[in-house]
This record gives sequence, C-alpha cells and structure tokens, in this order.
Amino acid sequence: MANFIALVIAGLATGALYALVAIGFTLLWQTSQTINFAQGEFVMLPAFFMLAAMNLHLPFWAAILIGIALSTAILGFAFKKLLVDPMLQHGVLPLAIATMALSTFLKESVKTFYSAEASPFPSLAPDMDLHILGVAVSWQNIAVLAVALAAMLALQLLMNRTLLGRQMQAAAQNPLAARILGVPVERMILYTFLINGALVALASLLITPIYLAKFTNGETLGLAAFVAAIVGGFNQIRGAIVGGLLLGVVDNLAAAYVSTQYRGAIPMLLLIVIILFRPNGLLGRAEERTV
Amino acid sequence: MNAKARNLLVPSALAIVALFLIFAPLTFHRYGLYISSQWAVMTIAAIGLNLTLGYAGQVSLAQGAFVGIGAYSAAILTTHGWPLIAAIALALVLCFAIGWLLGYPALRVQHHYLAFVTLAFSTLAFLVFRNESWLTGGTEGIDSVPRPSLFGFSLAPHLRYYYFCLFVLALVTLATLGLVRSPWGRAFIALRENPIRAMSLGVDTRRYILMAFAIGSALGGLSGALYAPLVGLVEPPAFALTLSFDLLMMVIVGGAGYFIGPFVGAMIAVLLPDWLRFLDRYYLILYALLVMALLIYSPTGLVGVADRFFIRRRTKAASTARAALSASMESEGA
Repeated sequence: MANFIALVIAGLATGALYALVAIGFTLLWQTSQTINFAQGEFVMLPAFFMLAAMNLHLPFWAAILIGIALSTAILGFAFKKLLVDPMLQHGVLPLAIATMALSTFLKESVKTFYSAEASPFPSLAPDMDLHILGVAVSWQNIAVLAVALAAMLALQLLMNRTLLGRQMQAAAQNPLAARILGVPVERMILYTFLINGALVALASLLITPIYLAKFTNGETLGLAAFVAAIVGGFNQIRGAIVGGLLLGVVDNLAAAYVSTQYRGAIPMLLLIVIILFRPNGLLGRAEERTV
Repeated sequence: MNAKARNLLVPSALAIVALFLIFAPLTFHRYGLYISSQWAVMTIAAIGLNLTLGYAGQVSLAQGAFVGIGAYSAAILTTHGWPLIAAIALALVLCFAIGWLLGYPALRVQHHYLAFVTLAFSTLAFLVFRNESWLTGGTEGIDSVPRPSLFGFSLAPHLRYYYFCLFVLALVTLATLGLVRSPWGRAFIALRENPIRAMSLGVDTRRYILMAFAIGSALGGLSGALYAPLVGLVEPPAFALTLSFDLLMMVIVGGAGYFIGPFVGAMIAVLLPDWLRFLDRYYLILYALLVMALLIYSPTGLVGVADRFFIRRRTKAASTARAALSASMESEGA
C-alpha cells in the first residue's frame, strides 16, 4: 500500500508537468486553432537557454529568468509572428505540418549547435527522500508538484478573476462578439502565446533535472501533452489539468503493474476510448459545427 | 499559347517525365538507384494518404503504421519461403481490413480528434512491432529479406528492382486516376468539401469514409511490401510516428488533393534531404526551414504554386481576349 501511494504521488508530480504543457497546448488551440506538434520541443529548448546562460557564468536564478524571458520571446512572440500569423487563414492542417517541421528544426538545431549528448542540469530540490508515515517521497517530486500547482493556481486566478483573463476567455470563445464589445482580440491572442512560452519554460525547468538536458526530450513529452489535453477536454484549461494529472498517475501505475514493454500503450488506449465515447473530453464542451 | 498547343503540353510533359524515369536510372549508381526506388515506394504510400486526406478529407497519422504492417508481412512471409506476390496480397488485404476498422472512429469524430486517434493507432502499432519478438524479431527486426523473382527472372539487381517498383507505381497511378475520375472519386471530394451536404444529396457518407480509409491504407501496405525487399532490413524505428509525419508532410508539401501532389511531395521528402547532404550536419535544419518557408509561401503546397501561376496566366489571357473583343466590337460599331 505504501508503495502504491508513493507511485500515485510520483504520478501526480509527472502529471502536474504534463498538465503545464497541456495547458499551453490547449490555450493555443482555443485562441488560434494552432495544433502545436512542436510543443514537446518547446519544453526541451528553454533548458538549453538556461544552460547557455550558466555557461556564461551567471548564477542559476539569473539563468532561470533569462531562460523564461528568451522562451517567452522566441517560443511565444516570434513563433506567433513568424509562423502562426502568416498561415492562420489557410486552415488547421498546413500550420500543423509547419509545426512538425519546426519540431525537427528545433531538435536538430540543439543537436548541432549545442550538443548531441545529455547534459546535467541543476535541480531546484535536494536529491533526498522525505519519509512521511512510511511513504518515501522525493523532494524533487514535492518541488515539481508545488511549483506546477502554484503556476496553475496563478493562471486560474488570472483567467477567472481579472479583467485581462476574462478578455482572454472572451477572445477564445467568441472572437467576433469579443471584438464588438471592445476586447483587443489580437492582443489577447498574443498574450496566450506569451503565456505558453512562459509555461513551457517552467515545465522545462522542472523536468530537465530528472531526464537531463537532451535534444530528444520533447518527443515523449509532446505526445503526453496531446493525450492529456484531449482526455481532459480540448477546449478547457481545467480539462488539461485533470487530464494531465490523470495521465501521470495512470502512466506510473501502468509501468509498475502492467508491463514496462506496453507502458506506452495505456495512455493511447485511454485516448482512443475517451475520443470514441466522450469526444469532448472529461470536462469539455461540444464545439459548434458549421454546415 | 493557343488551345491546340495547350492540349499537347500535358501529354508531352508526361511523356518526358516517363522517359526520364525509365532511362535516366540506367546511368545511376547503386545509391542513386536505391534513392529512386525509395521515391517510387514512398510515392505509393503518399498516393494512398492523398486519397484519404486530399480527396476524402480525413486526416490520418497512421499511414506510416500501414507501411510497417505491409513491410512486416513481406519480411515474415518471404523469409519463410513464400513468394513476394503472396506477401503483397496479404499486405493489401490486411491493411484494407485494418484501415476499414480504423475508419470507424472517423464516423464519430473529425479533424484533429481523428488525427489523434490515428496517432494513437500508430504508437500502438509501433509497440507491437517492437515487443512481439516471436513474430517481428523485436528490436533487432528481420534482416536479409530476399528480393523476389518474377517467372524465374530474378529482381535482385538494383536496376531490375527499381523497374519493378516503377511498374507497380505505374499500375497504382492508373488505378488511382481511374478511381478519382469515377463517381467514387467525386463522392470522396463531396465528403471533403461538405460532409453534411454530401449526405443530403444521397451520398452514403459512412461507406465512403470507411472506403477512403481502407483503400488509402491498402496502398500504404503495398508500399511497405515493396519497401522490405528494397532495404532488406525491417526494424521498428523505421515505422515510428516519424514516418507517418513524413508521409503527411509529403502530401501537404506536394499539394493535398492534387493528383500529382504525392509524386512531387515524395520527391521533396526523399531527394531534397539527400541533395542537401553537402551541408553535412546542417542539412536537416535547412530542410525543415525550407518546408516551413514553402508552407508559409504556399499552404496548398508546391503544386498549388504552379496552379496559381497558371490560373493567373489564364485569367490574364482571358481578360486581354475580352478587352480585344470589346475593342473590336466598338470599332465595328463606330
């Protein structure tokens, strides 16, 4: 039983990371119909910004700030202006393909210009376990859970309690009506891209100490974020959070109790079942269809 | 250009391309022949995906998995002494049936949801290829897949195998051309343009969606069955999600919904990285940049660029003709 609880807690930590990545993914879909197949690489990259800053002998906290700033500028602002804006009016598919090419571009660039080897990355928490009531929980996981949950809480407050957040929601739900009511829709869409840039940097900071910094880190993570977003409900931030946490726990339990070989199959089966029987996700609403 | 010359333009261009495909490889070396054969094989898979996506409008990220199923069918059967024809038949039937089943989710969900169901299917297929060692050889895969012989005539030399692939590609091209020009092809397009309107006009959308998936997947299987003897080695990473992404990229970059789109797209995806190899370790970076630049410039792909160019010229020619006509009428009236 203690083992089971430890697995669930570790799963929640992984799931909180999935949720962070899935939230950004959902935000981009909501505001600009962008299916970002490079989302996993977006998480892989900021760690290298931070490593590069540390190679210039900056302290860790300064490197973190630089990483988040660069990520917001490049993966948020530049991504929107250079790739998404020119392609948006041509439908979902060409843009999705372009993000696939972008993922290759980011991966190969890191491999070529930084390193093909895994680089160690400093951790926020000491490498020790905390023992509560016979359950061993690593400080690493506690730090991940704490930071990720704090970020999600802050985002929820921003979205639901501030004028800015309400305007962003309005821009996502009905751009035309929002525009008529005087919401600067274009700027709101840009803000969601910036938020995504910051969220992936945060996820990068939390996940890289566990897996080391490597150019292939995004591959499984991107897939996990898709699954989390869809399982929870593609058009809701709360859905992405629930989907992420659920997926993390299921993933960890499957690895322990089913088989390591078919570990990857469980999230996929979950995805297929959810799409077939609850296509809008656990918490999602139906999207309107046009005739 | 008058109408007569234009009517000659398309057949003569096709004849030049066909002559090039037949005679140019005679001068190619081993590697050139390998790349050319790979182009032919990948084009077959891309033609299948173009039917599903470009004509019928159903997004699929599973075509790479079907190429894998076809490749494993061929590898398993031929290494047990069966002829390749039997393997091709098995690949076609198996992929048709699985493709049909995979079409069922498409009856419930569309667009990005469908993309994710097929993506999940791809991942599951990869896990089966990797884990079921008793059948697929696991991570080691199956090596020394033999090249077939046709009526006692060995296709082992690279040039002969290239011609075999080209021949199959020609058959597939003719069959697909017949299909898209038939009422079926029109039903596929109706499905893509507006499924609800198609249904109200009496198109049995259920059957055509399943059919689009099944036929497209069967062509994926055929491509795989040719791929196995070409490479000689069948291993799981070759059929990971990346292949499905690549095939989708071929169709979109070539021009989805255009008949020659997959031919052009497969050429870009197979040959361009190879031409860029002189850039050494930068070649994939530049390749990805070129794909993005092309899609920004023309989201309808390369054939879309040409199409726009011709449409513009035709409108221009038509408007000058109209201007000339009205001018002559005015001068007559005066």
